[in-house]
Amino acid sequence: MREFAALYTRLDATTSSNAKLQAMQDYFAQAPAADAAWAVYFLAGGRPRQLVPTKVLRALVLQASQLPEWLFEESYQAVGDLAETIALLLPQSEHTSEAGLAVWVEDKLLPLRGLPPEDLVARLLPLLNELDRNSQFVCIKLITGSFRVGVSKLLVTRALAALTGVDAKQVAQRLVGYTDLSATPNAEDFARLTAPDDGSERTEKLDGQPYPFFLAHPLQLPLEEFETVIGTPDLWQVEWKWDGIRSQLVKRKGQLWVWSRGEELVTDRFPELAVLAERLPDSTVIDGEIVTWKDGRVQPFALLQQRIGRKTLTARVLEAAPVAVLAYDLLEWQGEDWRTRPQHERRAQLEQVVATADSPVLNVSPVLTGESWQALAKLREDSRKLGVEGMMLKARNAHYGVGRTKDVGTWWKWKIDPYTVDAVLVYAQRGHGRRASLYTDFTFAVWDADLNAADRKLVPFAKAYSGLTDEEMKQVDAIIRKTTVEKFGPVRSVTPTMVFELGFEGIGRSSRHKSGIAVRFPRILRWRHDKPLEEADTLATLQALLPATAEPEAA
Amino acid sequence: MELVIARPEGLYCPPGDFYIDPWRPVDRAIITHGHGDHARPGHGHYLAAEAGAGILRSRLGDIQLQTLPYGEIINHHGVKLSFYPAGHVLGSAQVRLEYGGEVWVASGDYKLENDGTCEPFESVRCDTFITESTFGLPIYQWRPQTEIFAEINAWWSANAAENRTTVLFCYAFGKAQRILHGLDPSIGPIFVHGSVSPLNKAYLEAGVYLPATQYVGDVEDKTLFRQAIVLAPQSAAGSPWMKRFGDYADGFASGWMQLRGTRRRHGLDRGFVLSDHADWPSLLTAIEATGAQRVFVTHGQIHPLVRWLCEQGLDAASFSTEYGDDEAVTGHEAEEPGEGVST
Repeated sequence: MREFAALYTRLDATTSSNAKLQAMQDYFAQAPAADAAWAVYFLAGGRPRQLVPTKVLRALVLQASQLPEWLFEESYQAVGDLAETIALLLPQSEHTSEAGLAVWVEDKLLPLRGLPPEDLVARLLPLLNELDRNSQFVCIKLITGSFRVGVSKLLVTRALAALTGVDAKQVAQRLVGYTDLSATPNAEDFARLTAPDDGSERTEKLDGQPYPFFLAHPLQLPLEEFETVIGTPDLWQVEWKWDGIRSQLVKRKGQLWVWSRGEELVTDRFPELAVLAERLPDSTVIDGEIVTWKDGRVQPFALLQQRIGRKTLTARVLEAAPVAVLAYDLLEWQGEDWRTRPQHERRAQLEQVVATADSPVLNVSPVLTGESWQALAKLREDSRKLGVEGMMLKARNAHYGVGRTKDVGTWWKWKIDPYTVDAVLVYAQRGHGRRASLYTDFTFAVWDADLNAADRKLVPFAKAYSGLTDEEMKQVDAIIRKTTVEKFGPVRSVTPTMVFELGFEGIGRSSRHKSGIAVRFPRILRWRHDKPLEEADTLATLQALLPATAEPEAA
Repeated sequence: MELVIARPEGLYCPPGDFYIDPWRPVDRAIITHGHGDHARPGHGHYLAAEAGAGILRSRLGDIQLQTLPYGEIINHHGVKLSFYPAGHVLGSAQVRLEYGGEVWVASGDYKLENDGTCEPFESVRCDTFITESTFGLPIYQWRPQTEIFAEINAWWSANAAENRTTVLFCYAFGKAQRILHGLDPSIGPIFVHGSVSPLNKAYLEAGVYLPATQYVGDVEDKTLFRQAIVLAPQSAAGSPWMKRFGDYADGFASGWMQLRGTRRRHGLDRGFVLSDHADWPSLLTAIEATGAQRVFVTHGQIHPLVRWLCEQGLDAASFSTEYGDDEAVTGHEAEEPGEGVST
């Protein structure tokens, strides 16, 4: 555990990718394979479900530190990270455990799951006492499933590739599914990850194994520059950017697997897709978007989201939010990896495969055509009406790449501009992570009536925290401290003085919000120093943005 | 009898008719130490501990300054006033006030660990104690400075071995000299930023050991920096001044580095947890040792410390002050989240 914690510290202490690569390589080269197997799992984003409830961890630290609960809360507010707060407050101990990461995870931590709370405290405290502060912190991160250290899966892939001399694309392929929720990687798995490439893998696929997803880059260009920078529209396959769950359908050996973009197996979440096991021939892999599909059109993402949140899928839920797949791409056909064939060829074959399958739950994502970028831009204006996020541009000769790469052709996402509104900052709370102890999590409000109305009030409608520069964050933090009116626990209300332009992707009615409105992905676009408080927007401005049709309530 | 009350100009002693570390210009100011949020320009008369005279003059220029050795008593309007070491920086003092059979101590900023560059903190018995609370939460617990210096020296050695300059940001007054005192000069040459040099001079004149340093601006041959450590205020980070060092590793020494979020926000290679303020256990130890039944908290994490002390049965309250915010005065010390600057 100590070695893994030391790796964490090394990774955490640097912002340089090269230094991070070196740190991982050093660790993988010296760590026992069983430990390295788990290290890859955690570094690449694997998260076992929370092993110990947060409540128990709090009880544990209160017991061990003899602090009153309010002081723990004050401390947590200042630190902005639960695991770190706990590690800082536990009495300091000598590091006595010689056990490695695998022993810690498999023999000490995983068995904690499901124990009654009183046993948990009794079991966990002596465990943590075997660790020094740094290892305690990392250990609690693992327990709470919140381990993150600024390393992407891609970087882990590169480190393993550099270590083994195996091509990074091949390593990425081997890593697919490695971080699945239920995975318990062992020494053999690590050996497989790092084995020399003898070419056999390209033909022998593991049963349900998907391919790494190809991801798009945001296209941020003025329209008039499109042609100079990316060429004419006929070089591109243009589609709507659907707002659902990016997925892969893997059909092999008579069985269907559905994988989400997070490389999680979600087959059971979508029972209506099971029919495709009959409809698709073996050794077929399709990339597509799972959307809620009703009355011949896509439904708001909120509906899909409600369904994802359910533990059990009742007939009622399935009826309220039925899903279908809009197919984007064909990755494997008749057992052959098609990813290095050009986009247009894959597309033509995809259309045939989908037509042959002939199922209402599988359609192709339609290809859009336009004489010019201007014509397509005009068409794109219908995005909101259609419930899509804009357009996707896929180079007609592009291969299907790995992750967010551009070396074998590019996919662009050409998103529509967000909705915007000028809102007033009314509440603030201290942030987490690198924003810890700064007031950076804000609640914003709009006026409930127009400028001339007597007694008009500010109505909170959205929370946002991202979008400010570090410098602005500091300034806003200072103003919040100076203009605080009241403190309710961690939240401060402030005298309204600051106006911000907020952007958001969607808007719907909500009975759960005081304003009657819920917005999707709100974030700060800029600080409107130029805007007096009185000129901030009103609830009527927001209501005017609501879709004309009766939208289902966003819960 | 209240020997100290909060006034808009600063903490005021009514029977003595003087202020302690006032933030607005007054006629008579008692100064606990030379940091910008405590020692401001523009007062009529200054009284400070003798050990801090050099620092005050170097920072405030030609002021009307009277000094008093630690422990010696001066009587002003019937108030017996004396200074005791606060262990914060060179010349830092707690102010002991005795009047009408009551004893109050205003501690300014303090720490309990003996850092070797100033007189160590001396506990003074009193009825009422006025304390800071810059790091008044139990998450702040410092390790001994010898361990931190060992880390800094090891980091410097490793950088030097790779021919990379080591730049350590720190507060120019107090922290810089404390670090210099703990550096191992055998590793390589030591350079300082222009804002550090005059303070080094004041320390040396006060008889504090500091290793030999060179002023960065005097260097022609930039390859000299490769093996060196450079001490600079945080304001130098990201400025053109840094260009001369080419490939460098940077770090920051401050109590705020205790938190991972703050370390990451600074985007530096290393954060060293080294503070000139008392950590949580030290605050509690210091307060208890005074025997005071009444405690006033002036700045920092005021609320948690006040509540904690009240729960322990003490009569604790806060004084509203403008300490811990000397950005406006010195103009070059970045303020940290929360309160407190000279960390």
